[in-house]
Amino acid sequence: MKDLPAVRPVPRAINWNRVQDDKDLEIWNRLTVNFWLPEKVPLSNDIQSWSQLTEEEQRLTIRVFTGLTLLDTIQNTVGAPALMPDAITPHEEAVLTNIAFMEAVHARSYSSIFSTLCSTVEVDEAFRWSEENPHLQQKSRLILQEYDAASHPLKKKIASVFLESFLFYSGFYLPMHWSSRARLTNTADLIRLIIRDEAVHGYYIGYKFQRGLERLSEAERAELKDFAFALIFDLYDIETRYTESLYDPLGLTEDVKNFLHYNANKALQNLGFESLFPDELCKVNPAIMAALSPNADENHDFFSGSGSSYVIGKAVATEDEDWDF
Amino acid sequence: MAGLVYYSSRSGNTQRFVDRLGLTAARIPIDPEGDMPSPRAPFVLVTPTYADGQGRGAVHRQVIRFLNDPDTRCHLRGVIASGNRNFGTTYALAGDVVAQKCGVPVLYRFELAGTDTDVARVKEGLDRFWKTQCLTAT
Repeated sequence: MKDLPAVRPVPRAINWNRVQDDKDLEIWNRLTVNFWLPEKVPLSNDIQSWSQLTEEEQRLTIRVFTGLTLLDTIQNTVGAPALMPDAITPHEEAVLTNIAFMEAVHARSYSSIFSTLCSTVEVDEAFRWSEENPHLQQKSRLILQEYDAASHPLKKKIASVFLESFLFYSGFYLPMHWSSRARLTNTADLIRLIIRDEAVHGYYIGYKFQRGLERLSEAERAELKDFAFALIFDLYDIETRYTESLYDPLGLTEDVKNFLHYNANKALQNLGFESLFPDELCKVNPAIMAALSPNADENHDFFSGSGSSYVIGKAVATEDEDWDF
Repeated sequence: MAGLVYYSSRSGNTQRFVDRLGLTAARIPIDPEGDMPSPRAPFVLVTPTYADGQGRGAVHRQVIRFLNDPDTRCHLRGVIASGNRNFGTTYALAGDVVAQKCGVPVLYRFELAGTDTDVARVKEGLDRFWKTQCLTAT
């Protein structure tokens, strides 16, 4: 038998019992345990609530969701796959395929919401809107530019963390806002599953960024940090205009901006960097915080006497076998 | 001022938070073979949360190993837990689990590497906490 020409080297079969980086296994386990599909959320229970929104509120919601669909589509088809050639371990590649697939699930979920709550005409209009909206197109282009194969591997990761941990939040705000007013609560449950996934994605890609950064010289590290802060400034600029165009009519723009600042800081923390926005610009509406983490005591602080002084945890979580007592 | 013990994975979030507190603190090793701190005086634990969607696995195995030593555990006075609000109901759950297991209060919760406000509140809070602990100690 003739040897085939070597198009590409044969990869080594992945051995999950020899893991070079424990984080790969930790994140693989977290993502697979957290796996979900939109069918598990009873979206049809929101039909009545949807009908109580004004036409303007409905249009805004559909548009916001098409914007989120676009980001998930980019991450599914370009973002996560673009990180794979830079993977340091085979397990990292496997985790990235999981991330890519979950982004497809997220994108698919918005269509489930649409088919449950909205008319085809409204949805088609919103998808057209997303294709023409200058802010949405501009932020996508800025990210896609960094996903280019020729881009620095760590610049791809910076762009990816900003998409996962920052750019989604101008959109996520709205279902959290509705949920805080007891509207579209099942839709909000689905969005919370997406938010949970994106947090793991941003954390993991940010972690891999930090591992990559460690290998570089001081000068290269400084250059990448400058790049990251410049990129988040540019993205923030677009996000504020996108936010104003969407939320001005409802008078929510300032509230959304605080949420953006808060999330921009978290995105930078995922990369191991310090915050950009001072705390006073990150005072997120407590109702939005409560919608995000429903039974997490708002700002629990035993020291200053706020929050319950003695918190008793959920019994299930104490059942881990490692405890000796 | 009594002790502080913390766990931080290689993501470094908790490490950065503890660094900014500027207090002496002992680190629980990432490596299961590493030297485990064994405090023999009152201390507060700072721990991140690793829970899945159901809340399982909230406390890192190394933190559990650390607390499994009864001579260490008896000196634990409180727990500060970190996490991410994006995880909804399991946000900073490790604090609640340790609190329940060890019968100590959750003193504070913060996200990722914490904000400047978090650092200031914890610094000041620990200072006052230890003063009251000393007053009530017999």
